[in-house]
Amino acid sequence: MVSGKGGTGKTTVAAALALALAREGGRTLLVEVEGRQGLAQLFGAEALPYEERKIAVAPGGGGEVFALAIDAERALLDYLQMFYKLGSAGRALKKLGAIDFATTIAPGLRDVLLTGKACEAVRRKDRAGRYVYDHVIMDAPPTGRITRFLNVNDEVAGLARFGPIHNQAQAVMKVLKSPETAVHLVTLLEEMPVQETADGIEELRGAGLPVGRVIVNMVRPHHLDEDTLRTAAGDHRAEVAKALSRAGLGGARRGGLAERLVDPLLAQAAEHASRVELERAQRGVLTGLDLPTYELPLLGAGMDLAGLYALARELRKQSVAE
Amino acid sequence: MSEGEDTVGMDTPPRLAVDRLLDDPETRIVVCCGAGGVGKTTTAAALGVRAAGRGRKAVVLTIDPARRLAQSMGIDSLDNTPRKVETVGAGGGELHAMMLDMKRTFDEIVEAHADGERARAILANPFYQSLSAGFAGTQEYMAMEKLGQLRARDDWDLIIVDTPPSRSALDFLDAPKRLGSFLDGKFIRVLMAPAKVGGRAGMKFLNVGMSMMTGTLSKLMGASLLKDVQTFVAAMDTMFGGFRTRADATFRLLQAPGTAFLVVAAPEPDALREAAYFVERLAAENMPLAGLVLNRVHGSGADQLSAERALAAAENLEEGGIVDQESGKAGLRDSGAEPTGTAEPAGSTQTDRTARTAQTTRTANSPETGSPGPEGDTEAGSTESGVATDTAVVDRITAGLLRLHAERMQVIAREQRTRDRFTSLHPEVAVAEVAALPGDVHDLAGLRAIGERLAAGVPAGA
Ligand SMILES: Nc1ncnc2c1ncn2[C@@H]1O[C@H](COP(=O)(O)OP(=O)(O)OP(=O)(O)O)[C@@H](O)[C@H]1O
Ligand SMILES: Nc1ncnc2c1ncn2[C@@H]1O[C@H](COP(=O)(O)OP(=O)(O)O)[C@@H](O)[C@H]1O
Ligand SMILES: [Mg+2]
Ligand SMILES: [Mg+2]
Repeated sequence: MVSGKGGTGKTTVAAALALALAREGGRTLLVEVEGRQGLAQLFGAEALPYEERKIAVAPGGGGEVFALAIDAERALLDYLQMFYKLGSAGRALKKLGAIDFATTIAPGLRDVLLTGKACEAVRRKDRAGRYVYDHVIMDAPPTGRITRFLNVNDEVAGLARFGPIHNQAQAVMKVLKSPETAVHLVTLLEEMPVQETADGIEELRGAGLPVGRVIVNMVRPHHLDEDTLRTAAGDHRAEVAKALSRAGLGGARRGGLAERLVDPLLAQAAEHASRVELERAQRGVLTGLDLPTYELPLLGAGMDLAGLYALARELRKQSVAE
Repeated sequence: MSEGEDTVGMDTPPRLAVDRLLDDPETRIVVCCGAGGVGKTTTAAALGVRAAGRGRKAVVLTIDPARRLAQSMGIDSLDNTPRKVETVGAGGGELHAMMLDMKRTFDEIVEAHADGERARAILANPFYQSLSAGFAGTQEYMAMEKLGQLRARDDWDLIIVDTPPSRSALDFLDAPKRLGSFLDGKFIRVLMAPAKVGGRAGMKFLNVGMSMMTGTLSKLMGASLLKDVQTFVAAMDTMFGGFRTRADATFRLLQAPGTAFLVVAAPEPDALREAAYFVERLAAENMPLAGLVLNRVHGSGADQLSAERALAAAENLEEGGIVDQESGKAGLRDSGAEPTGTAEPAGSTQTDRTARTAQTTRTANSPETGSPGPEGDTEAGSTESGVATDTAVVDRITAGLLRLHAERMQVIAREQRTRDRFTSLHPEVAVAEVAALPGDVHDLAGLRAIGERLAAGVPAGA
């Protein structure tokens, strides 16, 4: 499960993780549950149907990555079909708004269908009795909703106290709380996402759900080491101007280009220094959480397929596949 | 609000005149919308602070503010009513602020429209609890509801509303209707009173549908859930029509001439794509767009120095100074800047190079600087002096400054490309730019700083 504050890179990281985990000859399944077609967009593919589709081959010609966009309404209809052989009555229910009603007004019901489908894929075996997927990775709802989303048991038990939905919820919960599951939280080195990560971990733990790693995304390079920042902060304007001039950037005297560059360049350095300081503080908070982490760099040129593979390789380097 | 803009040029978008918008007594509601995380809450709060400082009696309705921001405004306790923020107003202006409690707002609607016994039954219903805490769209609906309430009180002459952190800015417009029509929906009515729906033909189908429906649902969810639903629906009976009507009324409020929408976006592809959708949608709904707030824009006081030139110069310094000045000059010629002023005496360059070779650790994270330049080895025997080391250190620092600058210029260029795409789609939309501050915005001073930048409209060479 890959969760995190909105916009921190859940979808991107989930996809990179699926690529990283797809080993030679193996298969991973990447699922999304929010009906946004984020995976198709990321991989530059056609909108995903409610059907598992091969979407990529892992870096270095490794294993295969499949993708599935789970749709709660379709899952409910399938489910009704399976248990009650509803046929056209299912369509009538749909027309009445009953499916919409059932899947939206009772979020627990919706969630149990979504997680249920993912758990089914986790447990599915081929004829030879081997698991069809080595890993199932979910681009999960954001931190603020993840505990509720996964804690379907509590949610549904309050609503459906008997019946197949109740049983289904129990079965799903067993998988979700097992050591086979890990909830990873993606964060940035910024105050709000880090705070949300800390809160989310506490909530997940409180609900007995297995917390995996913290994945720090979009980590920016630091061009200036601390020593440099300190020195730059001191009064070295004249020397810096001379150095700029030596480097071919015009005159170091008053009014020369090099001289005029000094102040803005030092201001940028000071700004950078305060950002580094903030990041350090956030890193401190994350360290306090005492969880293993991965770090993924900010890809300066923006995200594309090549970037996604680069992130996957980075995850492998950080021994994600052990 | 066409009077709120200044035209700057043909290819740059018109500038959004924020102060004029805030000062205009005709402006009664400002709605800040946009994709998540772009700075809606920050912008809304900053506008409130600025408006109060300019003499307006303003109230700002925030939704999910960052904890420290809420604390700084004294609204971290959830009581769902506006609180006066001291030390903000000037010239008769005041700022009141609150943060939305969606469940409480929902409860309040129930309490206001059902008598004691019935209200208690609804509030205790597990089904209601699930709906009020988690239905997709409840937060949007309740934000609208609260806006309607604040407007009805008429205690403020300017209401600034933040919008929920949904992934799509459009959710703010669509979700309330969704909840409204959902609660008003066919199915609810079927559950409530099957006999009332449909004529003779429809009747039969619906009754068949109904019994099959309830049968299936109770099998599926367990009879208790269905019973909860039915009790809930029965208790809410008198209120249902109300939800749709209320949603419609607030929707009309948003179309009124005193309302101004500000679309907030960061200069990133996703956020600006959302912003473009939203701009189109506002036009389709006849809702008045005041302009785009482009938040967290990067700028540079040294933007006359291009990324390429900065990198070349950094390499120059890292690889041994004046020997490479030829390439430095080449870069200079390209960009047509002034000629080199001070030439260093050759001697100092020699020692400089020596010291650089002695330097083992250099700029972190720039792989090019990992190995000493080829000419460095030949000079390794030279003597070191304190002055020379200083020069080397300064060169290293300066190279770092230049690399940092190059990175900044690349960010600026990327942001500009993204913005150009938006401007070519919507050249008419007025824009105010707000620089990215190095840290979070979590106090009144930060909000004032954002307010000043909003009003200036262009980032002060950050
Ligand atoms: N390491 C990275 N380097 C550069 N850009 C990145 C990186 N990770 C993510 N992004 C970009 O950040 C943006 C948000 O990422 P993404 O859509 O994966 O986030 P999300 O958490 O799934 O968002 P949402 O909450 O909306 O679902 C995207 O434009 C993505 O391309
Ligand atoms: N111009 C800015 N410079 C620096 N940080 C900013 C700026 N605008 C917003 N922020 C920070 O970005 C984060 C998200 O802002 P917020 O207003 O809560 O976004 P939204 O309400 O759109 O989700 C906050 O931590 C805020 O302090
Ligand atoms: Mg996503
Ligand atoms: Mg917000």
